[in-house]
Amino acid sequence: MSTDETGQGGTTVGVAAGGTEDHHGSGRNLIQLITPEGERISHPEFDPWVKDIGDEQLCSLFEDLTVIRRIDVEATALQRQGELGLWPPLLGQEAAQVGSARALRSDDFIFSSYRENGVAYCRGVGPTDILRVWRGNASSGWDPYTVNMATPQIIIGAQTLHATGYAMGIQNDGADSVAVTYFGDGATSEGDVNEAMVFAASFQVPVVFFCSNNHWAISEPVRLQSHVQLADRAAGFGIPNLRVDGNDVLAVMAATRVALDRARHGGGPTFIEAVTYRMGPHTTADDPTRYRDANELEDWAAKDPIERVKALLDRKGLYTDQFQQHIREKADQVARELRAGCIGMPEPEPLDVFKHVYSSPNSWLDRQQDHYARYLASFGDPAEAASQEGAR
Amino acid sequence: MTQMTFARAINSGLRKSLEDDPKVILMGEDIGTLGGVFRVTDGLQKDFGKHRVVDTPLAESAIVGTAVGLAYRGYRPVVEIQFDGFIYPAFDQIVSQVAKMHYRTLGTVKMPITIRVPFGGGIGSPEHHSESPEAYFTHTSGLRVVAVSNPQDAYTMIQQAIRCDDPVLFFEPKRRYHDKGDVDEGLHLPNALPMDTASVLTEGTDVTLVAYGPLVKTARDAATAAADEGISIEVIDLRSLAPVDYATVEKSVRKTGRLVITHEAGQSGGLGAEVAASITERCFYHLEAAPVRVTGFDVPYPYSKVEMHHLPGLDRILDGVDRALGQPNSLSGLEG
Repeated sequence: MSTDETGQGGTTVGVAAGGTEDHHGSGRNLIQLITPEGERISHPEFDPWVKDIGDEQLCSLFEDLTVIRRIDVEATALQRQGELGLWPPLLGQEAAQVGSARALRSDDFIFSSYRENGVAYCRGVGPTDILRVWRGNASSGWDPYTVNMATPQIIIGAQTLHATGYAMGIQNDGADSVAVTYFGDGATSEGDVNEAMVFAASFQVPVVFFCSNNHWAISEPVRLQSHVQLADRAAGFGIPNLRVDGNDVLAVMAATRVALDRARHGGGPTFIEAVTYRMGPHTTADDPTRYRDANELEDWAAKDPIERVKALLDRKGLYTDQFQQHIREKADQVARELRAGCIGMPEPEPLDVFKHVYSSPNSWLDRQQDHYARYLASFGDPAEAASQEGAR
Repeated sequence: MTQMTFARAINSGLRKSLEDDPKVILMGEDIGTLGGVFRVTDGLQKDFGKHRVVDTPLAESAIVGTAVGLAYRGYRPVVEIQFDGFIYPAFDQIVSQVAKMHYRTLGTVKMPITIRVPFGGGIGSPEHHSESPEAYFTHTSGLRVVAVSNPQDAYTMIQQAIRCDDPVLFFEPKRRYHDKGDVDEGLHLPNALPMDTASVLTEGTDVTLVAYGPLVKTARDAATAAADEGISIEVIDLRSLAPVDYATVEKSVRKTGRLVITHEAGQSGGLGAEVAASITERCFYHLEAAPVRVTGFDVPYPYSKVEMHHLPGLDRILDGVDRALGQPNSLSGLEG
């Protein structure tokens, strides 16, 4: 491990990568507060941002990390058992999600991709609601306005523009909340992400671009997406950047707080690159053994975001039998709730397919709905007719 | 009643909307200090400020995509796509985001976004400046699509579009921007014809002629010319392209028994095909002849010296009317 990898190589703000070695390596210019071995290291610039995180808060962060991993494992199992159509695992990215989400205020608004299920959990979305979309029972698991988090976005990078527009609205309203958008390393290649950064910088709106660099866009490695460190891309737009160890929950929280504070005080956008790793497949539909080296997985397993907090708690004498039991019970309870909620989800009604396309009547659609209702009625039992129709 | 140009009428409608609702916000390229390349937004930034009338960077996907975020926050964005041919970079945000957000969020998030698009040809422009992309959007569920044809409709329908809780593609026929007409600026909106209703412009008994946007004027001229030959044409201005007000068209076709549809867009998969099929389904036994389409060709919009061949003119429409009537026409003698 180089000196830089311990995060002691100095501040990272706006520092460009040098040299000719792999610029996507996890080493250089990375903000880190907890080493993979669980040692709390000091960082004069970022320590003040997490000085309120005492033992109790650290235990609470550990609980969230653990529960989110459990949700992920359980959902993956549900998919394998045929209960979910698809699932995008976040295994390995728990710290990036928990650290950033827990830094937010409840009136900050999130526009995420489909992988931020841990962020949703931190916002108070119920486990069953997280699964609704993946089971195919609804297009949205929750009302965005109850948790201030938009319905997850599937189109890569599209949500960065929505966050930027929302931030324009915040600015117009004279409010001090912030729009936060989550996306992956692959998204930085998309036009929308670049257009979002142009708008955000031009209008200096309160938006935080949170890029989870998990190193893989399905089968395409990050080196195929970018010839520079992703954080450095922001500099070209005039957006300050932070590059943080994404597997370090405390460092992620500190970096996010810096960005939020800047946004709240009229400092405009910030780009955060959280360097992390997707331990599982892109979704349950792909097979990472076809495209990546087992050694790489091993290297990253040694940097596990949960293990290092566990080690830190242990060093502090907080990882007691009683605490372990509490965590286990909490995770078990959420997993039970998730499974029961998933399997017990009521089936949508056939005519629900027509609902909410428009907010006011549309003569074309009303006619189609009327005709289909008549068709279903001709069978006597509409539900049975619909299921037969789908089976043919 | 005030005489004003088409462009001025839209300007006046936008001004009224900005005055009526502080949540209305205009965005687009060059719409502020310049007042838009067609001056449709002339003077609005001066009167309402840079935060209500926003000059944006040149990024169409961002113009529409940020409008989605603004709508999320309760704003009613009105965005201008400078020319029809520039809408394609924003296509994904329009069809995958704007159109689906209400459905996706089970009705909890409204997308009252108006997307203004100067469209159509006839102004001698280079490529990408004269297209008719409306069918891409009429095909997309969740969007409403309208095309205006006269200053009064321009004034009222822009306000109706902005007040509509659904997203509206608002097509403005750019070759008619300088046409003048009477506008009643005192018209109480609830008393105006609803935005999704077609309008019968001239009553007739022999043929129903359906048009929208720039070709409404041409269709009316054709009806006047036909009247001299003793042919009575009922001209319908569709106004709304999605949904089409089939009740009005159907009523007319049941009376005339013949249907001609005209538009500048290419024929294949165009709105004319949709109208022909729907009317055939609805009143097959009232039709005396197959519906006729008089449209642009299935070619990229041609260079300006030949664009008049591509654009349906008065004579081409009358030739279509003759086809519907079974009278001698350019295709006489052809089977099928």
